Amino acid sequence: MSGKSVLKRIDWLSVLFYLLLVTIGWVNIYSSTFTENGASIFDFGTLHGKQLFFIIVSFASVIILLALEASFYERFSSVFYIVSMLSLLGLFVFGKTISGATSWYDLGFFNLQPAEFAKVATALALAKYLSDIQTDIKRTKDQLFAFVIILIPAILIIPQPDPGSALVFFALSFVIFREGLPVYYLGIALFAVLIFVTTLMFGTIWIAIALTLIILVFLLLKKKKFKVPIFPLATALIVTILFSLSVNFVFENVFEQRHRDRFSLWLRLEKDPEKLEQIQKTIGYNSYQSEKAIESGGFFGKGFLEGTRTKGNFVPEQHSDYIFTTVGEEWGFIGTVTVVLLFTLLLLRLVFLAERQKNAFSRMYGYGVISILFVHYFINIGMVIGILPTIGIPLPLFSYGGSGMLFFTMLLFVFIKLDANRLKEGI
Amino acid sequence: MKKLLLSSIIVIIGITFIGRLSYLQIFSFSPDQVLEDPAIKRVYDYPERGYIYDRNDKLLVGNDPAYDVMVIPREVRELDTLEFCGLLKITKKKFKKELRKARIYSPRLPSVFVPQLSKQDYAQLQEKMRHYEGFYIQKRSLRYYDTNSAANVLGYISEVNERDLAKNPYYVQGELTGRTGVEKQYEDVLRGRKGVQYIQKDRYNRDIGKYKNGILDTLPEQGYEINITIDKDLQEYGELLMHGKWGGIVAIEPSSGEILSMISGPTYDPSLLVGRKRSANYSKLHYDTISKPTFDRSISFEKSPGSPFKAINALIALQVGAITPATTFTCSHGFFIGRSKKGCHCGGGIRNLNSGIYESCNAYFVGAYKKIFEQFPSNSEAMDAWEKHVRSFGLGSYLGSDLYTGRRGSVPSSELYNKWYGEGDKRWSATTTYSNAIGQGEVNVTPLQLANMTAAIANRGYFFTPHILKKIDGKEIDIPDFVEAKHTTIDKRHFEPVIQGMADVYHKGTAKYLQIPGIEIAGKTGTVENYIKIDSVRTQLTDNSVFVAFAPVDNPKIAIAVYIQNGYYGSRYAGHIASLMIEKYLKGEITRTDLEKRMLERTLDREYAKPYSGKEFKINEYDWSQDALKPEKAYLTDDLIR
Repeated sequence: MSGKSVLKRIDWLSVLFYLLLVTIGWVNIYSSTFTENGASIFDFGTLHGKQLFFIIVSFASVIILLALEASFYERFSSVFYIVSMLSLLGLFVFGKTISGATSWYDLGFFNLQPAEFAKVATALALAKYLSDIQTDIKRTKDQLFAFVIILIPAILIIPQPDPGSALVFFALSFVIFREGLPVYYLGIALFAVLIFVTTLMFGTIWIAIALTLIILVFLLLKKKKFKVPIFPLATALIVTILFSLSVNFVFENVFEQRHRDRFSLWLRLEKDPEKLEQIQKTIGYNSYQSEKAIESGGFFGKGFLEGTRTKGNFVPEQHSDYIFTTVGEEWGFIGTVTVVLLFTLLLLRLVFLAERQKNAFSRMYGYGVISILFVHYFINIGMVIGILPTIGIPLPLFSYGGSGMLFFTMLLFVFIKLDANRLKEGI
Repeated sequence: MKKLLLSSIIVIIGITFIGRLSYLQIFSFSPDQVLEDPAIKRVYDYPERGYIYDRNDKLLVGNDPAYDVMVIPREVRELDTLEFCGLLKITKKKFKKELRKARIYSPRLPSVFVPQLSKQDYAQLQEKMRHYEGFYIQKRSLRYYDTNSAANVLGYISEVNERDLAKNPYYVQGELTGRTGVEKQYEDVLRGRKGVQYIQKDRYNRDIGKYKNGILDTLPEQGYEINITIDKDLQEYGELLMHGKWGGIVAIEPSSGEILSMISGPTYDPSLLVGRKRSANYSKLHYDTISKPTFDRSISFEKSPGSPFKAINALIALQVGAITPATTFTCSHGFFIGRSKKGCHCGGGIRNLNSGIYESCNAYFVGAYKKIFEQFPSNSEAMDAWEKHVRSFGLGSYLGSDLYTGRRGSVPSSELYNKWYGEGDKRWSATTTYSNAIGQGEVNVTPLQLANMTAAIANRGYFFTPHILKKIDGKEIDIPDFVEAKHTTIDKRHFEPVIQGMADVYHKGTAKYLQIPGIEIAGKTGTVENYIKIDSVRTQLTDNSVFVAFAPVDNPKIAIAVYIQNGYYGSRYAGHIASLMIEKYLKGEITRTDLEKRMLERTLDREYAKPYSGKEFKINEYDWSQDALKPEKAYLTDDLIR
């Protein structure tokens, strides 16, 4: 099979979205790291120069990824997984610490972040396991094993500490749901999150009163023929209330003050405006500055290289986790909506591609890619525009970072290669 | 279902993000971002405030550079204190004290360490300043006064307060603005427009270059210099004469309405209200509630005009046909109001218009006033016609002048008396309101209005709005309201007999000892009864001494009103001062040095102390040789900070 035919069969629409995001991302990194001393864009001493280098490396890797046999990825997925887990383990010994997190290997010219690689490897391994003929997702044992695949990297990453990346692996559980895990598990999980948040906001007593009222109203309005399982319902109520109480306990005793402050800020738990302002200026400094920077862009933005807050470095980590603020300030509402639309379209396109796969492995890997990209995008932008608490996680294909650029490209193009190969599979 | 679940979540999140972004970037966005942006610092470049000159291009107010040594306590490093104190000419003790004071104010913000260095000290210090970390020199521009007069005219400047900031967005904290007088009235002209530079900052507050390469930056626009209509020499001379007397003097050029001088006594040196000492001095002046030096008596002091107002009554009587110049009234050392006799100082006899004016006969003018009322079918109509004529001389109005403060005065109308006595012709009449005839009734005027009234007489029937601004940036002002003559309701022909009477005041009347050789003056004295409440008892004080005059009679160059509180006879203090002022203005020098000596020596401090003495006191003492001589030290200068 010649390389030319691969190029004919790959999904160019996804590639287009990918290229647009990478380009827009780099332009904004350029702007947020720009200084007026006239360095060339290829100057590798600058951050935008380095990023450009990694973008070129990523493009080069795309050629290799597309040239390799599609079956290679499925066949070697276990190997990738084991290697990546070992590399995560190795961090405990050889890891390099940057701003408090031991997440990197120092390779001299560049710092490698194995967690990024682990995302690709775990997505492959999970797809491989679930698509195995012997796996039956209805079986509890197999369900547990699937979760173990997700949990191992998460557990290895949490102590770095990098809770943001660990969170990404849980997103892979969506793949398991897609493949047959009952949805009510997801329902229970969402209900738990809801109780967690509402408990912090209103307190256990109000939760208990509200739930009891809802159940009573339900009992009064129900049709007479309908038999209500009173005992399980009561049990569920009690469990919920106990959970709610435990939330309070965990919040007050397990969480550290900085975590509590983040939640206080996010849910506006602190009612005293003076204290709230204090939190905003200290813990919430990043969020406050990023919201203000985006707001100051208005509808049309201030223009390329004209962002005053970007130039003044008012938003910390602007080139990495907070890169979206540069878009907001310099390109305005038009820019931010464009980026949101591009991500939405890319993700929807990938869902479409995943659904058309005949091969179970390809489909499951596709869902893995979607889950990982989506959770990054959702948490990052949600945090930057102030609707989610601060969780350090990059915006894929956009934020500064060599490992991220390279492995997100791999993550995506492995799937594009699998998709390009889908018709051959049948033969 | 499951297939759609993920797609729906992706779409919902996309919509949520766009919703939040439109809230932030469309609804919360305000176009004034530049003003609030912490990344942009505005640095102002203040233009020099415009100079103020008098009508003859003599400097009144200029600017003086001042060099303050500033300190930011947190940034102070170890230094050679001995050398530093030597350069600043302060003691080590003072050094420590000032540093402590600055630290208490704020360790981070700059405080003035040593204010207003001389230029020599500044030159020496400037070389070595960089050795002293935490200290720097700040140049400021202070108002400099080339006169110690005209404080009430010029006004003063001070830092803007919260109210100014809220009212006018132009101003920023720490900026100076005019407070009263010319400085306030012509603030926009004098101030100019400050330039602004937008500087891009980083989050450590460091400058990192110009915002947008400086395309929004503006250069300062210089304030304009102005000429005011005041004659500096006349103003200074008037204030000299006014020493130790309370009251106001206003002189106007009748042919233009330009205010030649505007003197309020007691007054203060304008340079007392400059710079750091302003606040303390202002408090002392402002809270002197007895002599009220900050109260501008030339434009805000409303009192009965007294006899000068008789000239207006004469004109009205002629205009309405109540009298002719030949009409006579008999004065029997007074006149009767009902059954009670009121006195008159004129000496008695048969009075016509001419002698009625120059002897200031009360009986004549009460008679004429009654005759005015006889010309009308009802008292109300007579009163209203009379009021209209009086108001046509600019009395009872602000005159539309460009002075920042001032009072309106008052002219009674039928409405007022209807309210007091009840409506109907039987309730009140000319007899009830006869005090108006001799300027003692419900008419109240300011010295400015008196002077303007005199100018209208001098012009034989019209006046120009009195004003203070003459030139902006060397160009004569062109304000239509100031060049348009305001005509009175009296025909021109009626003025001559009245002016003749006023000229005879100097020839043979109440001011015959105040003549100026070679200058023909027309004037009118006034001796005004006045009362105050002492412990809620209405008590009469020595009469106010009033004088109005214009000269030369045929071609008036100056019209003047002098109002001296408790100066007794009109010809005494007010008459003297008016005569001297006219001579000074027209001749440039004083020939009657005995008159001048008297005025410079005498003060009325003894009179002003009477109501506060707590003892019984006599008023209207005929012998004025007792009036205290001028004290060695000038009033109000001892305990003020220079």
